[in-house]
Amino acid sequence: MNKPLEGLLVLEFCQFLAGPSAGLKLADLGARVIKIERPKTGDACRQLSIKNLFVDEDSLLFHTINRNKESYAADLKNPDDLERLKKLIREADVMTHNFRPGVMEKIGLDYETVQNINPKIVYGVVTGYGNEGPWKNKPGQDLLVQSVSGLTFLSGVDVDGPVPFGLSVSDIMCGNHLAQGIMAALIKRTKTNKSVLVEVSLLESVLDVQFEVLTTYLNDGGKLPDRSGAKGSAHAYLSAPYGMYETADGYIAMAMGNLPNICAIINCDITDLYVEAGSAFENRDKLIIRLADTFKKENTKTWVELLENHGIWCAEVLNYQTATALSTYKNLDIEQQLDLGGSKIIKTTVSPIRLDNEKLFAAKAAPKLGENTSEINKEFELT
Amino acid sequence: MRPLEDYLVIDFSQFLSGPSAGLRLADMGARVIKIERLGVGDICRTLYTSNLIMNGESSVFHAINRNKESFEVDLKSEEDCEMVRELLKKADVMIHNFRPGVMERLGFDYQSVTALNPSIIYGEISGYGTDTEWKNKPGQDLLLQSVTGLTSLTGNADSGPVAMGLSIIDMLAGAHLAQGLLACLYRKAIKNEGGFVQVSMMESAYDFQFETITTFMNDGGSLPERSKKNNANAYLGAPYGIYQTENGYLALAMGSIPQLGNLLGCEKLEDYVDVSEAFDKRNEIKAILAEHLLSASTENWLSILEPADIWCADVLNWNALMAHDGFKVLNMIQEVEMMDGYKYKTTRCPIRIDGELLTSSKGSPKLGQDNEKIIKEFITQHTTANA
Repeated sequence: MNKPLEGLLVLEFCQFLAGPSAGLKLADLGARVIKIERPKTGDACRQLSIKNLFVDEDSLLFHTINRNKESYAADLKNPDDLERLKKLIREADVMTHNFRPGVMEKIGLDYETVQNINPKIVYGVVTGYGNEGPWKNKPGQDLLVQSVSGLTFLSGVDVDGPVPFGLSVSDIMCGNHLAQGIMAALIKRTKTNKSVLVEVSLLESVLDVQFEVLTTYLNDGGKLPDRSGAKGSAHAYLSAPYGMYETADGYIAMAMGNLPNICAIINCDITDLYVEAGSAFENRDKLIIRLADTFKKENTKTWVELLENHGIWCAEVLNYQTATALSTYKNLDIEQQLDLGGSKIIKTTVSPIRLDNEKLFAAKAAPKLGENTSEINKEFELT
Repeated sequence: MRPLEDYLVIDFSQFLSGPSAGLRLADMGARVIKIERLGVGDICRTLYTSNLIMNGESSVFHAINRNKESFEVDLKSEEDCEMVRELLKKADVMIHNFRPGVMERLGFDYQSVTALNPSIIYGEISGYGTDTEWKNKPGQDLLLQSVTGLTSLTGNADSGPVAMGLSIIDMLAGAHLAQGLLACLYRKAIKNEGGFVQVSMMESAYDFQFETITTFMNDGGSLPERSKKNNANAYLGAPYGIYQTENGYLALAMGSIPQLGNLLGCEKLEDYVDVSEAFDKRNEIKAILAEHLLSASTENWLSILEPADIWCADVLNWNALMAHDGFKVLNMIQEVEMMDGYKYKTTRCPIRIDGELLTSSKGSPKLGQDNEKIIKEFITQHTTANA
């Protein structure tokens, strides 16, 4: 298949999640991505495990984020290694890093200097909080960025206090934004033939995720989000029935919909709480509690069938076991296998983008630290 | 010069997923024309979150559709369809998020459009793909969160399912579509080839969960378990979480438990010397931490932990965030103006190119506000005479 980024060389000086997840996206779209890693330790993510899961010497997490890449070991403080890297940079189309502000300047691989080495480089930088201001040296860590961004007041119920998203959402969105910025820069470069600087930060990315609700806040006299007190409510700015309700055997999710209509279908009397369309906002909490009483009476399947027959938007709430058993999950080819050699196999996800009617499968497993150093030295005549 | 200057995007999509991709391309310099239904327009215009009405339309619509033009048409009228076809002949990108089959009926499916314009990049977003058992189900954010296991990651063990309180899957699908389109625009710039980009919300939801679902796939299918209290990631040990203090909250990321105990003056924590206990005994460790942190202010704890390089932060709401110099220095807020002079504030594109903020003062379009201009500019005499 003719992948769009074929022929492009990306050097990834990034660690952890945000930068490397952008590298993974570029790799799946056809670029050749080489991780530049510190000898002996490498990307710190190699040792960062969840549930203590390792595959050989590296964490499963590292394997998930860094498949479809190569690894080149180099010590940025060693002049010979640095010289080799500069030669490699001359051949590259893109380089990315997520060092804290000032570090690349000290090493001599900051944008200014790299432009002299390669006047056509696309140079991508990830920071936690940008390059200026009182937060510039704070660690760019996902939970902390979520915490200062106001995001933690949007999920759960009001009595819970702040509730963070249970995934590294600022890292992941920032990686998505970096990938977008790099590709836009590559397009720009085809017209100007000149280097391009792309900068993203975790904080700006997690603010972008909130752009709808922030726009409401900015034009509504600075009114803060008002989460419901009723368990299962799913959005601080949406009215009843939006949320998830316990049934006799599980949970049902209800999207936005015409409340009197829905209540007639499920036989739930709300006449005292719902007098006009605005009641769905004003009496949101009481309405959610009222609906919850009704939903407890039957099994999820009974409700979903009844409501879907009336064209109401709803779904059963699934966990990973029930979700991955769906025929739709299987037919979308969400999984692929990576071959680690020696009959070792890992299962992971495939790129979510389909191009020209094909899924972007890539079975290449993550590289061992420095796995490709000598062949890259030879190929680019670095030694 | 913006990277996508001189590119034309024809956007049939509604709500959030597709239009958020259009917004990103617009901020990168493309000209984005929304194709909107006669008399009604993008349904998002009347999709209210909270009861705030801004200049007759929803705040959400204004946030998503700034920096675009609106072309109001009746896709059931042959004359209007002919005008849209003229536009598509000149377009670089087209986007839609109709359910499978709709574009085939309207005559704007991939085959028909590439017949008009072989080098166009055609992007579409579906809920569950175009050829699956669930292809006709509504691609609605909360429902996608619910059927992909995402709601078992946020909140505490006894919270039941907890949604992420934003349309996160819509935004991810939009981000992935933008990536596919940008990749194809690069290929087009090099080889002058068109492309077909398809994204589904379900695949986007799993891409978001790629770390946790990969763990599930390789760990014998065991389900994520959130901690009893102070959960922030089902797969991470103590102290990872947010804790109440005497006067607010404190977020704590990774850190050694005995070291934390020592710094915070909490002796009980100094017993957890085995690294694996941070995960295995996280409920009891978090309970001890939670009780101890209540005894002093957030500022007090930060003044002890930050100098020791412990990863921690205050927990801010938007009022506190926006009053902070760390936020102000980002210049994240911009004011935009609609054609009728109505002004509103919103966020800007989060990406900087060559040190430039990708701001734009153009507000969202009124339904059909650009019809006259677009017809004059793109529709040839020949077409209108025939119509």
